[in-house]
Amino acid sequence: MEEARRVISVIVMNEASVLSRIVGLFSGRGYNIESLTVAPIPESKYSRITIVTSGSVRVIEQITKQLHKLIPVLKVYEHADLVEKEMAMVKIPMSESLGDIEALSHAYNGRIVNVGSDTLIAMVADEPMRVNHFLEAIKRFHPKEIVRSGSVALER
Amino acid sequence: MQISGAQMVIEALIAEEVEVVFGYPGGAIMNVYDEIYKQRSFQHILTRHEQAAVHAAEGYSKATGKVGVAMITSGPGFTNGVTGLADAYMDSIPLVVISGQVPMSLIGTDAFQEIDAVGISRPCTKHNYLVTDAADLPRILKEAFYIARTGRPGPVHVDIPKDVTAQIAKFDYSKEVELETYKPTTKGNTRQIKKAIEAIAGAKRPLLYLGGGIINANAAELVREFSKLTQIPAVETFMARGTLRHDDPLLISMLGMHGSYAANMAMSETDLVIGLGARFDDRVTGKLSEFAKNAQIIHVDIDPASISKLVNAHFPIVGDVKNVLEQMIPLAKEQIDPSRYTPWHNTIANFNKLHPLAYTEEGDRIKPQWVVERIGQLLGDSANISTDVGQHQMWTAQFYPFSRPRQWISSGGLGTMGFGFPAAMGVKRADMERVSINITGDGSILMNIQELMTAVEYKLPVINIILNNNFLGMVRQWQTLFYDKRHSSTDLSMQPDFVKLAEAFGGIGYRVTTKEEFDAALKDAVEKNVVAIIDVAVNRFENVLPMVPAGGSLFNMMLEYKEK
Repeated sequence: MEEARRVISVIVMNEASVLSRIVGLFSGRGYNIESLTVAPIPESKYSRITIVTSGSVRVIEQITKQLHKLIPVLKVYEHADLVEKEMAMVKIPMSESLGDIEALSHAYNGRIVNVGSDTLIAMVADEPMRVNHFLEAIKRFHPKEIVRSGSVALER
Repeated sequence: MQISGAQMVIEALIAEEVEVVFGYPGGAIMNVYDEIYKQRSFQHILTRHEQAAVHAAEGYSKATGKVGVAMITSGPGFTNGVTGLADAYMDSIPLVVISGQVPMSLIGTDAFQEIDAVGISRPCTKHNYLVTDAADLPRILKEAFYIARTGRPGPVHVDIPKDVTAQIAKFDYSKEVELETYKPTTKGNTRQIKKAIEAIAGAKRPLLYLGGGIINANAAELVREFSKLTQIPAVETFMARGTLRHDDPLLISMLGMHGSYAANMAMSETDLVIGLGARFDDRVTGKLSEFAKNAQIIHVDIDPASISKLVNAHFPIVGDVKNVLEQMIPLAKEQIDPSRYTPWHNTIANFNKLHPLAYTEEGDRIKPQWVVERIGQLLGDSANISTDVGQHQMWTAQFYPFSRPRQWISSGGLGTMGFGFPAAMGVKRADMERVSINITGDGSILMNIQELMTAVEYKLPVINIILNNNFLGMVRQWQTLFYDKRHSSTDLSMQPDFVKLAEAFGGIGYRVTTKEEFDAALKDAVEKNVVAIIDVAVNRFENVLPMVPAGGSLFNMMLEYKEK
């Protein structure tokens, strides 16, 4: 069966060990996690977990059902039509061209966010695919460290 | 009411009308045991191992349908109980297991008898709690019982640090459970049910595929009504034995790896599977791509995740099988003509004639299947039957004449050797009127043999019947069939004297080598009403047949085995 990348949002009770229940379910049942983000939903007792995973239609259906079975899970959205964003930060030696880096970051909704004595940090926030493109392009500036946030998503 | 956490545990158990707790004390749970000592509302049964405490609670729960309760201490007490939790999880048995934990201030310090209990129990429980404040305890315990028994039942683990059991807080158990994130669906979707009934009415060869969910839902009576009304033949899973009476003409038999030829052929030939509380387990389906290939599937289950997990359901119905049957029966009365399935009945009768479930007597040695049949003839409905895991278990599932739900107690999903004896104690505690039999093997019985002491002390006269072939028989069978007879570590020729063993604990033992001796031993044990071991020397190399080799198709059964 065809493997597809899917984004799943899980609304959970904001309580101890809820994240380990989710992660344990994925590892225990052999499902793949490409990225996972979690933060409390403001002014509520819930948190939102965004999971990027991949699998056949049947596997994705099982994942959503198994997530639903966990007691502290309120809702599971398996997104079809969504806005998805990811952030990345890159540490680059000061010896590289600041102007070029600034221009490149700008093209991906970002900018230089920190300048130190030896290195600078550029940040972008864009669709994950475009973040990939940015990270490909930034290679020429000899990045020393790269960090990605994982995806967050909202239905349109 | 301001009371300690330990007192809250007692008050909650009383409020839940618990009549028996199986357990084993230890450092971290001592405050609770102190309160157990002071109360007279429920009995505490001290097993001789924590694993047995949880299995006994399972047996009690399976026999009664109530939530079983076990109590254990932290660290090794808890880890010993994990097998029981996993077993209950796989077989959807409602339990509340309470464990002690080191005091909050010591959690995370590798304290004496500390282990991350909720971390371990997470994947083998329906839900679990680490209680960090006694004020939460009434709510948590009430939720634990509620979650255990509702929806698809299962074990719930509550881990309580020692200082929390000493902490004083307000106890109020009157508040209804309100879980915003947990609302199991119990009624079936009316439109889906209508469509399913239409499909049945139009089918030529429908087949009821009955699963353990029927027993859990107390729906066996309704299944009997539905099958009688529609005249649709039925196969039972291992877990569903006893749903239909053994002599019900519509019951074909058990299906699956060691199911009957007729049951597996019916499943292969049916054009409409009506799955009720069954989960299309790999031991049932064999090779998935060949399973019920010509059939549409109606699947009724309380657990949405069980539907279309392995086999795609054309008519998925999420709901309690009892409610769904109540919805289906009036429609079935109007729309289904039972006479239309007569040709299908004839086909099945032919399957049955071709290869009936049978065994052949040879020589003087007792055949294990004979023992099972004989127990059935002598005790029938008057016994509850537990088993351990292995060949003896399959022979019991195949040959015992079950006549009612909850008569059959066995570890299906996890396949836990050592389950049978403690479970049979729990069954006996639940149903003192009937004889509690544990049919076991010479391998399994030694895995919880220390429970002889518990059974003797608490006067729970379980009769253990060992089908003794001096082998780990099921593994030996696979070695014979698939490993060119290399019987690696399965020869159990070295054995204790089971008669003396029983006597050493204050029970009674019998060594049986002939059929006459068996009859006499069983009659004597039932009459004397004491804890017993009947050690039956059976044919060493008997195989469980028929057999669908793992991963094979249901219609490709090994019907006999000839020595090469």
